Amino acid sequence: MTFSTMIMRGRHKQIAQSILSGKRLDGRGLTDYREIKLVTGIIESAEGSARVYLGKTDVIVGIKIGIGEPFPDLPNKGVLTVNSEFRPIASPNFRAGPPGEKSIELSRVVDRGIRESSAVDLEKLCIIPGKKVFVIFIDISILNHDGNLIDASAIASLAALLNTKFSNYEVENDEIKIKTGYTQLPVLNHPITVTVAKIEDKLVIDPSLEEERVIGAKLTITVEDSGNICAIQKSGSDYFNKQLILEAVKLTNEKIGDLRKIIVED
Amino acid sequence: MTKKPLTLINKKNIRVDGRKLDELRPIKIELNIIGNANGSAYIEQGKNKILAAVYGPKEVHPRHLALPDRALLRCQYHMSPFSVKERKRPAPSRRETEISKVIRECLSPSIFGEYYPRTSIDIYIEVLEADGGTRCSGIIAASLALADAGIPLRDLVAACAAGKVEEHLVLDLNGPEDNKGTDMPIALMPTFNAVTLLQMNGILTTDEFEQALNLAVKGCEQVYTLQKEALKARYINVKEEVEEE
Repeated sequence: MTFSTMIMRGRHKQIAQSILSGKRLDGRGLTDYREIKLVTGIIESAEGSARVYLGKTDVIVGIKIGIGEPFPDLPNKGVLTVNSEFRPIASPNFRAGPPGEKSIELSRVVDRGIRESSAVDLEKLCIIPGKKVFVIFIDISILNHDGNLIDASAIASLAALLNTKFSNYEVENDEIKIKTGYTQLPVLNHPITVTVAKIEDKLVIDPSLEEERVIGAKLTITVEDSGNICAIQKSGSDYFNKQLILEAVKLTNEKIGDLRKIIVED
Repeated sequence: MTKKPLTLINKKNIRVDGRKLDELRPIKIELNIIGNANGSAYIEQGKNKILAAVYGPKEVHPRHLALPDRALLRCQYHMSPFSVKERKRPAPSRRETEISKVIRECLSPSIFGEYYPRTSIDIYIEVLEADGGTRCSGIIAASLALADAGIPLRDLVAACAAGKVEEHLVLDLNGPEDNKGTDMPIALMPTFNAVTLLQMNGILTTDEFEQALNLAVKGCEQVYTLQKEALKARYINVKEEVEEE
């Protein structure tokens, strides 16, 4: 064992003991978020954008809208895709190259929340049924990684969608002509995502990067406007028992109000 | 071609494939079917046909990935191009990458990895034919393949999905049900009441979620019994082979 791993183990022990005693090293309670700052409409070249700071975690989401073909089984619906980039600028542990499994999981969890809650009215994005539809690209870029990337990305993605405008257009002889002026992207639902982390039998909200190294498993729960659950993802190599799962759902329901206020009423 | 049914559940609460709401699809399991692997299993669950094989514990390649205190666990879930209606491109999709990750994480708590430091245990799951709930079938087979490889396990990992289709809570969704309704796969180590995988997509109220969770746990317990039977059958075979010699 090298000296640095010995120090790391000591630090991990300290983090774990502190959480088990109901407090965290940065002074937060177990279910407190770090300070959340949200800025929207910061990238002019994007149709929509938002940047979220969750403590030192910094995530930016840009939305671009293009024109493409619909899926053959959904000819009347626009297309929505979520992609995320863990660029080396954000952390010494990120490497250049194609998306890794964590990046893919993050995109797919954010995508699931938006898709299953029908957050975007995709039918309004159909231009010529079966031929031409608007394609919405949600691109998540991590700028500084200090833990809880999923919650930060979900907040930024929804805020960016609410901030998205696309050009007016008209169809003439199967040709799309762009007109002046913009229309707000139709957003029907506001899925809110909360990640609940587990260490032994304690549940913790918004873990920092250091805490994430100690935490065995996380449950990411997305709740839509009606209060129904629309997506869940467990990750990490530890397990939950049934009681803790139900507690995590309860905790999520207590937290979504505050988050919704920050995103929707901003 | 047969006409597509308009509803997936009829008025008598019978599902498209003739099952009751809380009934599993018929499951057939066979162990030790890939000669080269250290352990392997084949499962048929309804129309799902899935192979799982375990190689290891063995030397890690590339070597820098080796862990000093435990075995490196790797998992690849892959769908054969012919396993679905439209040919699936053989390169791993984003969906397969995510499923590989959650399956690895759901099997990991069951393995005494600390017995084999600096080695790797590689799990391969190959979906030959898919009809909904392939990750659960894959987990059932993979856990048995680990046992077949003689790797010490805390428990077998059983898996089963519950969900909601046309306002009914149902167990073990098949392909059409999965496409239309809410799907919630879970994996369970029954001896510890430990849920090692939990995913959901679709809409459930908090109460429905709790009911679906209970239903899925019951499904896992049934699967667990079948897994144990399959494992026993395998060792009875071994015993007979040895006695013949």
